[in-house]
Amino acid sequence: MITGGNRKKSTLRTLRYFALIVGSAVMIVPFLYLFATSFKPQLYLFEIPPQFIPKHPTLNNYTTAWTSNSFGHYFANSVFVSVVSTGLSVLLAAMMAYAFARFNFHGQNVLFWLLLIGLMVPGMMLLIPQYLLANQLHLIDSLVGLIIFYVATNLAFNTFLLRGFFEEIPWELEEAMIMDGAGAFRRFFRLILPLSRPALATVSIFTFLACWDEYVWALTIINDPNKRTLPIAISIFQGQHLTNWGLVFAASTITIIPVILVFAIFQRQFVRGLTADALKG
Amino acid sequence: MVSTEVRTNALPRPTRSSKAGLIPYLFLAPGFLLFLLMIVYPMIRALQISFYNWGVFPGSTTTFVGFHQYFREFHDPVFWRSLENSGFYTLFTVPLQIFFGLLVALLLVKKIPGRGLFRALFYIPVVTSWVVVSLLFKFLFSTDSGFVNWLLNSLHLSSHNIGWLDTRWPSMITIGILGIWKGVGWSMLIFLAALMGVPETLTEAAAIDGAGPWRTFISVTLPAIRLTISFVTIMLVIGSLNVFTSAFIMTGGGPQQQTEVVLSYMYHQAFNFLDFGYGSALAFTLALIVFAVSFVQMRLFRGGVSRVVR
Repeated sequence: MITGGNRKKSTLRTLRYFALIVGSAVMIVPFLYLFATSFKPQLYLFEIPPQFIPKHPTLNNYTTAWTSNSFGHYFANSVFVSVVSTGLSVLLAAMMAYAFARFNFHGQNVLFWLLLIGLMVPGMMLLIPQYLLANQLHLIDSLVGLIIFYVATNLAFNTFLLRGFFEEIPWELEEAMIMDGAGAFRRFFRLILPLSRPALATVSIFTFLACWDEYVWALTIINDPNKRTLPIAISIFQGQHLTNWGLVFAASTITIIPVILVFAIFQRQFVRGLTADALKG
Repeated sequence: MVSTEVRTNALPRPTRSSKAGLIPYLFLAPGFLLFLLMIVYPMIRALQISFYNWGVFPGSTTTFVGFHQYFREFHDPVFWRSLENSGFYTLFTVPLQIFFGLLVALLLVKKIPGRGLFRALFYIPVVTSWVVVSLLFKFLFSTDSGFVNWLLNSLHLSSHNIGWLDTRWPSMITIGILGIWKGVGWSMLIFLAALMGVPETLTEAAAIDGAGPWRTFISVTLPAIRLTISFVTIMLVIGSLNVFTSAFIMTGGGPQQQTEVVLSYMYHQAFNFLDFGYGSALAFTLALIVFAVSFVQMRLFRGGVSRVVR
């Protein structure tokens, strides 16, 4: 009786692992193939059966992509735009979240609902008027145009996430600082922000990845090849060199390595952020 | 673990109030002004532009045409096809993302060795750029010597090379497969959080009453996570009606605009044909559809919820 139960249990265990391994193979094999292809010379790209370990590995694709195809430059553009946008967006959102979390003021509900609507409207719906606006403000073909847009589009989500976190911080701590004569700005920078490091890390990671991967807006306002970020650079590159997948995937690897690193290091923040994402409703 | 119930009436309730005069506005001003300029103002403009024949070039005239752009949609076969394609994508990808996401979450809810690693592996496609994975799938699904065709041939599931991205429906299926592959990790994580919030006493009680795992799942687990299921469904439907980058990169709407989805059609009208008025009407129509579908779903799920409780 007991052994029968055990056998059933171990069969279930085997089945569970089998399903998980097959499933994660489906998730990962495409990336392995991308990675392998990025080391293949043009001649061996379409070998059948597909080779996961290149027979004639080469770093040519990487050196060509990085130097003669300016991917080093695009990488720098992406880093600059993503880092500045993330910093600004998180700071501005934290300030807004602090106002919503700690003060009563006129128009609070209206402003809150506006933010909520901003969160629900599909981003691409606003593409045409935003393009016209960028045109009026001379932000076409400028990295600043990307930054302003990225900061604005991430504000609502970050504000909601941070507001929830700030509300959990005990008011008594602030009261103690008020006794010592500290103003709101001092409390915000000296107390709230340092205490919120985990939440700030979560929103920073989400914002950074959103900026790093953003495609549509960059495609729309950037025509100058010098101002390209990695996603548009790769897509245009593929359009121009239809069959040179080795180069395309070398550039792709350059793009996704930082993402996977960030993800691997901050996995815990990811899970927390997603749960909060679900909570915001 | 936090539960993932959807809060619909989340009005601001400051934990503490203080009479501070201008101070909250000083904290709000920089962010909110930017938000008004870049998000709220374009919302109003989007509606306005859709009522015009918009002159893009300096010197060209902009004329008010009323609902003309919306009437155009009715007689535009490409618009209807793009709507069908977006609809197909939604009906194809949402149920399968929920099914696989829930399945993987159920497999991972027990604290088994390697759980963190599996969770990470399933989540990697979610964090990778749409551009990269769209190009990757275009390569994997290429007709001659593509990885997928090779796999199907060597498993004897197909005797010839399928032209995945050559005609309409195979293309839509390929774009859908990419959507499912990239999205499963997201719903898995949300479901996992919800499942860990189901009290073990409930499932144990069911087991003591002699319910098998399937029975326990249907009558205990599923009702316990019903709010999460409706939340995930609504979010996925909104997301898939807004499908753009994958279709835009993998087929560009072609051949002959057969695989155009609503947003790729909008993009082509606006930025290739410079028809901003029509593009805005298309965008606004899609937004209305998204709102209507979300509204209907929220009503439906409320009914569904009460039925489960009874």
